[in-house]
Amino acid sequence: MRQNISEGGYPMSKSRIKILIAKPGLDGHDRGAKVIARGLKEAGMEVVYTGLRQTPEQIVRAVIQEDVDVLGLSILSGAHNQIFPEIIDKLKNEGREDLLILAGGIIPDDVKKSLEELGIDAIFSPGTPIKKIVKFIEDNS
Amino acid sequence: MGENDYNSELKNWKNNKYQKTVDNYGERKDKFKSDSDLTIDPLYNPEDMKDIDYINKVNFPGEYPFTRGVYPTMYRSRLWTMRQYAGFGTAKESNKRFRYLLGQGQTGLSVAFDLPTQIAYDSDHELSRGEVGKVGVAIDTLADMEVLFDKIPLDKVSTSMTINAPAAVLLAMYIVVAEKQGVKPGQLAGTIQNDILKEYVARGTYIFPPEPSLRLITDIFDYCSKKMPRWNTISISGYHIREAGSNAIQELAFTIADGIEYVKAAVDIGLDVDEFAPRLSFFFNSQMNILEEIAKFRAARRLWAETMEKRFKAQKEKSKMLRFHTQTAGSALTAQQAENNIIRVTLQALAAVLGGTQSLHTNSFDEALGLPTEDSVKIALRTQQIIAHESGVADTIDPLAGSYYIESLTDKFVEKAKEYLDKIDELGGMAKAIEAGYIQREIQESAYQTQKKIEGRERVVVGVNKFVEEENNKNELLKVDPEVEKNQRKRLDAIKNTRNNDIIIKKLDLVKKAAINGDNLMEPIIDAVREYATLGEITDVLREVFGEYEAKYI
Repeated sequence: MRQNISEGGYPMSKSRIKILIAKPGLDGHDRGAKVIARGLKEAGMEVVYTGLRQTPEQIVRAVIQEDVDVLGLSILSGAHNQIFPEIIDKLKNEGREDLLILAGGIIPDDVKKSLEELGIDAIFSPGTPIKKIVKFIEDNS
Repeated sequence: MGENDYNSELKNWKNNKYQKTVDNYGERKDKFKSDSDLTIDPLYNPEDMKDIDYINKVNFPGEYPFTRGVYPTMYRSRLWTMRQYAGFGTAKESNKRFRYLLGQGQTGLSVAFDLPTQIAYDSDHELSRGEVGKVGVAIDTLADMEVLFDKIPLDKVSTSMTINAPAAVLLAMYIVVAEKQGVKPGQLAGTIQNDILKEYVARGTYIFPPEPSLRLITDIFDYCSKKMPRWNTISISGYHIREAGSNAIQELAFTIADGIEYVKAAVDIGLDVDEFAPRLSFFFNSQMNILEEIAKFRAARRLWAETMEKRFKAQKEKSKMLRFHTQTAGSALTAQQAENNIIRVTLQALAAVLGGTQSLHTNSFDEALGLPTEDSVKIALRTQQIIAHESGVADTIDPLAGSYYIESLTDKFVEKAKEYLDKIDELGGMAKAIEAGYIQREIQESAYQTQKKIEGRERVVVGVNKFVEEENNKNELLKVDPEVEKNQRKRLDAIKNTRNNDIIIKKLDLVKKAAINGDNLMEPIIDAVREYATLGEITDVLREVFGEYEAKYI
């Protein structure tokens, strides 16, 4: 297990949750991604943000390198149907299907079910309070 | 009534009437604040306007500093241009939507390009997978542009294109399509967004580093000032800065600061300010706080006029006029109880009209859920038509002028925006301020504070944090057929196989030479697109010479 060191340098009793916020695809709308990254940080989680235009390969590599517990995908361009399955496939190949995977952005209701069947654990629509996301992560990771 | 009477009456009202009522009944909030965090007084009075000299700061419409509007007659002569941003899937489908909108009484076109086009990857590029035709129309070559504008007379419509980093290439394609219709560049009216600075801080479709990007922009200024006198060479955009989370004052200040940077870049390469400045245009957001938005629009005109006159010594009146497009705020749309968005859009559109916009896009109510349908787009357009023809607000110019609140708020906006401009000057201008991460930090901080206010219900969003309902979304959404991507690739393949590839190599080489030598890039790019060189091919040549921008995250 990853050694977690608190800011004071002492090992923490409960391991701190680490999350990767990723922007797959080409869209530049990262207000939501950044606001959530900051909110999760303030809730005590360790957050890494990938920046824009990440390929599925880059995201999966970051998941492994950063050894995160949670992956948050933000997409507003409508390319989720193409990109999410690719990411999940690659995670499975790396044996990281244990990861808690969250998605946010403009994702129509009728595709939510199919994405959830695919392995996305939760999809948060615009307007979701950060505390709801925090609670979901804490309850499920 | 003398001044003394006024003062004693005011004091009397404040201390007795007002305060006593507050003491007895209280007020809804401890503090009343605007979206930009300005404190809002209970009442605005004549003394709030006493420092506002009418001729210097407000003046008549069409007169410097244009606070009341850039034209002497405004909407009494001609209504604003109703310009709905549209485009999805293939050029053929988008052409059909354009002709539908023109048939419904829309008066100008506005092209949405897909993300691969905006970042200049061809549809067959690795990174384009899943994105082709999604948020706009896919354009790879001139052939797509020919289909996009099929049977649309380019000498009669004005066309706005939301394209930034590769704006020169798309403009070149438009010029050649027009040429094939027998229309000369000088007859073309429209706008390219061409505003790279806000891409680095808010919108994300950058390609090159700032310096070569600014050079591409000044090449366009130079070319258009000679050949395309009716073309708006840039649309300096606060819209996306606001969507990224800034408040209204920041939107105003950062947009004007971007404008200053572009004018400076053009003047630095030796262009005469009065040659290109009349064709600069602006693009603002219209959010929910109507009164603050109106003040922002009025303040923007005054601040730009003052900037052009004092900082850049512009002589021509037109160089000092801030003409702008407005779009209602996408970020104000809610996925919850989506029909309520129709009302939000109406209020935002009303603010834009009362603020004197030159053109307007009204969002469709279903855009927080997905791409808008033909029906929802029609409601959005009808909203503008109802404001224009039924509400009466377009019948007198700048009807809110003289309101104690609006005038003092307009003045406040100019003052607050100037504080930002001073700070940005200290940092060495907008490009430097962006490089230092200052602008990004300011925007992100505001975005986060807004989120906290919404979550703490300090800011009410109906249906989201108050008056919430359980609901199932049954709205019909427009879907882009996954076949679009496949077909677009086939189409591109076919073009690559039928064009003269030897000529392409030569034409691309001329683009490269111009890029290296610092010659104006417009002519070589026009020559290359005419032979069906792809957007990706032309941009790759420039990527080679200019390099690519790498964002830092703060």
